[in-house]
Formats: sequence, C-alpha cells, structure tokens
Amino acid sequence: MKPPRFDYLAPTSVEEALGILARYGEDAKVLAGGQSLVPLLNFRLARPAHLVDLNEIPGLDGIRGDDGRLVIGAMTRQRAVETSALVRARCPLLAQALPHVGHVQIRNRGTIGGSLAHADPAAELPAVVAALDGQLVLRSSKGERVLSAEQFFASYFTTAAEPTELLVEVRLPEMPPGTGTAFMEVSRRHGDFALVAMAAAVTTDAAGVCTASALVAAGVGPTPVVVREAARALVGQRPTAEALEDIGRRVSAAVHPESDLHASSEYRKHLAGVLATRALAEAVQRTRRSAGHEVGDR
Amino acid sequence: MNERAIRVVVNGRSYERTVDVRKTLADFLRDDLELTGTHLGCEHGVCGACTVVVDGAAVRSCLLFAAQVNGHEIHTVEGLADGDRLNPLQEAFREHHGLQCGFCTPGFLMTLTCFLRECPDPTEAQIREAISGNLCRCTGYQNIVAAARAAAQALAGTS
Repeated sequence: MKPPRFDYLAPTSVEEALGILARYGEDAKVLAGGQSLVPLLNFRLARPAHLVDLNEIPGLDGIRGDDGRLVIGAMTRQRAVETSALVRARCPLLAQALPHVGHVQIRNRGTIGGSLAHADPAAELPAVVAALDGQLVLRSSKGERVLSAEQFFASYFTTAAEPTELLVEVRLPEMPPGTGTAFMEVSRRHGDFALVAMAAAVTTDAAGVCTASALVAAGVGPTPVVVREAARALVGQRPTAEALEDIGRRVSAAVHPESDLHASSEYRKHLAGVLATRALAEAVQRTRRSAGHEVGDR
Repeated sequence: MNERAIRVVVNGRSYERTVDVRKTLADFLRDDLELTGTHLGCEHGVCGACTVVVDGAAVRSCLLFAAQVNGHEIHTVEGLADGDRLNPLQEAFREHHGLQCGFCTPGFLMTLTCFLRECPDPTEAQIREAISGNLCRCTGYQNIVAAARAAAQALAGTS
C-alpha cells in the first residue's frame, strides 16, 4: 500500500464536510482531484489522519455566468473549464492558461479549487485569478468570507484558509470591452510546472491607447507576483513594440526570484521580462478583436 | 472508515469488492481484479503508464483510490481487443512498431482511445500534445505518432 494509514470520509453535502473539518481541524485534509495530494500521500510526505473526499458532494462543480462575472465551483474539473464555451467567451485568459496545467489526464481529474488551494508558487491558476482580480469564497460551519487573490495566497503552498474552511467557489469578473489577454510560460518540458509564467491583460480605447494593464507572474516568488507598477507604466501610452520592451525591462527589474536547481534567479528575472513583453504583445493583438467577436485561440 | 464496499463496472463486467481505502485504483485493478494490463511506472502521476478511462475520461489510476470509483465505469487495455482480434488502434501500433518493450503501451493506448474520440482527424502537433503526458523510455515516440495517425485514418474509414 503506497499511502500511509488514514481514515477516509466521503461526505455527501457541504454542511457535512464543514462539520468534519470543524471537528478534526488540522488533522483533516481535503481531497479534491488528488493530482497533487495523492502523490504527496504516495510519497508519504503528507500524513493526514482523516482524508475528506469532496467528490461525492453534488453541486460543488459547475460554471455559470452571473451579473458580469463568471462563477466556477471549486470541484469543477480543469478540463471542463478549458473546454467550456462560456469560459472562452467570458474569461479567455483562463482558457489560455489551462493547456499549460499538467497534461490532459491530469486536467480530467484535477479541479480549479484544488489547484488554487494547493497554492504552488509556480502554478498557473493562482496567477490567472490574481490577474483578473478574482475572488475566492471560503466557507466554514461559522459562515462565509470572500477574499481577493492577494489576501488568499499567503506563501509557498500556504493560503489564508483556516483548517476549518473549505474553498467552495471562485468568482472572476468579466473584462471590459476592448480587453485582450494572454498567458505564456517557459517550462523545462510541456506540462511541467513553469520556471516563469506570465498572465497579461490589456485594455485599449478606440484610439488604441492603453487604459488599463495587468501583469502577474508565477514562479518568481512565494505567491503569484502582481507586477503593478510596471504594468501601470503602459497606461496612457500606445502599446508600441518599444513601449512593451520598456515594460519588460521594468518587470525584470521588479521581480526578485530565488535560484533553485531548475533555474537561477538571473535567468528567471530575464524570463519574466521577455514573457511580459511577449504576453503583452499578444494581449494587445487580441484587444483589436475583443470588441466584436470572441476569439477562442490560445 | 478504513474499508469500503464498492461496485464498479470494468470493461462491461460488474464487480463488487470490499477494498482498503488506501488502495489505489491501479493496485485494485491489478491485484484484486487481476487485470494486470494496466502498468505502474512512477506511481505519482508523471509517467502515464497507468492511464485508464473512468466515465469516458483518461485519468491516472495511481492517483485515484479504488474507494472513489464506487458506481463508476472503467475501461482498461484488456477491453480494447475483441478476443484475439486487435482493435484498429492496437493494429496500428503493431503495424507501425509503436511499441518496443511494451511497458508504456497500455497507457498510450488508453490516452489515445479518448483522444481520437474527441479529435478524430488530428494534426501531428495535436497528437504530440495528446501523448505529452505519457513517457516511453524506449523513446519510440516517432512510431507512436505514426501509429496514432494511422489509427485515426483507419477509424475514419470504418465509421
């Protein structure tokens, strides 16, 4: 038997799950898609006394458009989000990022909420939620609270969620007309975690002048890194090639990644700048198409 | 709970068993049902050798517990051939030398079974992306891609 001993619990309602978490606290671990947790169990790096499987709770998955935002249930499979016409139309950045998450067999089982709650600093989805100013909805037996990405992601593999809280859904506001987005990353092999990944969103007015710009990097810090000042420097400008090169230099200067066996700090800084310039350029291309019909490419 | 009684349908046949909740689906298929066609390489979701189809979707059977598939439908490599008659995908693998040692082959076959259903006329780039989650340590990827393309053509001819 690969994993250590645990007590397996399969609640059939959110209330039942919250009751279990309230009772066992840190001794319980939530099992969503299991694509990160089960390897940790198989390596015996995680040894929870109680494993709380969410897969038998109806209603924790689903994608719906709701008053200017997209609401995605935490247990929605990544592959279902990737192939959703609603997501492509209303939140293309998410559809652009998902093909970079693992492989199709992983995304068939892996969930949106599981990836966010796992909070790997090189993961794609936390950067997307941060770039879109998304909200994360946490529920416990005591009630509900709604956090921004910056409030939710605390450090490496650490979130602001208490052991008694469950991430139940993520809310992503729709982007204004004239917005284009892009997601790019460099990894050692396709499907690996990113050395550096970059999510970009740009809004331009009818004259082609940038009115809003967001850049969020993964793999360069303990949480998704919102490169706010550098992105803001584009506002009020035409996004020419020179302007985007300048933003790239600012991004490279603004991030302070650590070195590890996969890549040096210097290389990651370089990648962050290059990816920022390229992702912005692709996002700008898409602003020209976003006012009328939606583009489903990636 | 430490044990769970489950009922699963594997390759069209129904099984009822009581399983240790720690037992992975891969170990359950191999040890309890003696369906040893599903192979285990890394046992942490990287190599793809253990890929099976659960409710129509290709998944890693080393990252699922048998206790979780209660009431679900599973297809493994044993369900592909009709007796001694290989199906078109298996036939294409044989024809194009898509296997050398054969260890990774069940995972590739199950991955491609789902992929060709979703994408019946794939480009080479799409095939390469589809199999990117399966490792072949004989590195016979060229022939696997050729086999996948031939299988797509064969399947298009039969439907």
